[in-house]
Amino acid sequence: MLCHCQKPAVITLQHGSLCQLHFLNYFEDKVFKTIKRYQLIKKNDTLCVAASGGKDSLTILYLTQKYLQKNNLNSPLFALAIDEGIKNYRKSTLKDLKQFCKGQNITLKIIEAKKEFNYTLDQAYPVINKDTKKKPCNICGVWRRYLLNKYARKLNATKVITGHNLDDESQAIIMNIFKANTDIAAHLGPISGINDHQLFVQRVKPLYFCTEKETKLYSLIKKFPVQFIECPYANEGLRSNIRDMLNNFETKYKGTKQGIINSFLALLPLLKQQAKHNTKEIKICQQCQEPAHQSICNTCKIQTLLK
Amino acid sequence: MNITIKQERTNTTNTISFQGKTVKDLLQQLNINSETIIIIKNNTIITEDEILKNNDKIELLSVVSGG
Repeated sequence: MLCHCQKPAVITLQHGSLCQLHFLNYFEDKVFKTIKRYQLIKKNDTLCVAASGGKDSLTILYLTQKYLQKNNLNSPLFALAIDEGIKNYRKSTLKDLKQFCKGQNITLKIIEAKKEFNYTLDQAYPVINKDTKKKPCNICGVWRRYLLNKYARKLNATKVITGHNLDDESQAIIMNIFKANTDIAAHLGPISGINDHQLFVQRVKPLYFCTEKETKLYSLIKKFPVQFIECPYANEGLRSNIRDMLNNFETKYKGTKQGIINSFLALLPLLKQQAKHNTKEIKICQQCQEPAHQSICNTCKIQTLLK
Repeated sequence: MNITIKQERTNTTNTISFQGKTVKDLLQQLNINSETIIIIKNNTIITEDEILKNNDKIELLSVVSGG
């Protein structure tokens, strides 16, 4: 397959094939347009990139820095990583991240779950699972959201930039439809959340319209130091089944994932309106003073189970 | 023809007998979804329509993040 410039293609998309150079231009243009269209970065923002050392976070770290340089913006930028404590996994990805941040001259802050909660995820999971049957990804998700928000705010960030891509988002949309979680679905979109709250740092997703394959290809061509290491808990849960299902549909019907996103974005204003009506006011956790939907936040509920 | 395939996800290298013509045929034989991989031949990224020859060496990189 050839690109329109007659060079060999590196990817075939819904509307044609692209060579390496045209793909890089297409990808960067798509990310920068998303930032501008949804005003994900503003002049006076302090930017915190939620980073893990995987392809998505390295790509968005690099492109955020490039966007700031291209637009002559002096917004402070730093990377924030959470070490949940997963043996034979997180330390390796953090090693890549440290190397990358050093090369790009980006400040990196790493928060360890062990120091914050006295437990690594590997230690906490069996204890919590025994009573609640919660999966490791449930605990990890609660911890990560809590620590990212808490430390982004402490470090004066006005935006948390995440590497969520089109695959992540289309999976989340379908998962919420399957579970009839319409109010939770209202939190999705290029800008997360429904209500502004002084203790919540707004989360934004510049890779919103980029597929996982495109992001991997970009990180590969750019030679970012990303190694494939599988999280030992990765195959548990509904998400991996939804991922396989959507990939099968995408192969048969190109554009399926994009179609899900476009349909969802058309409905999102209505979902946000309804969720605003249904959602109770954000509370302050009685134990840790962080924002919560109930009197005790989910992180403190987990802590109670660990005592 | 024989094709040697290195798979990043499983960290394995196998040589298989292949009766098809293109990478797309090969992926069908291996039951691998093209959305989940990037294909490399001779250090070059290729697309699914690439025609394979006997003794070609192919590397399949996993698109899905490890986490």
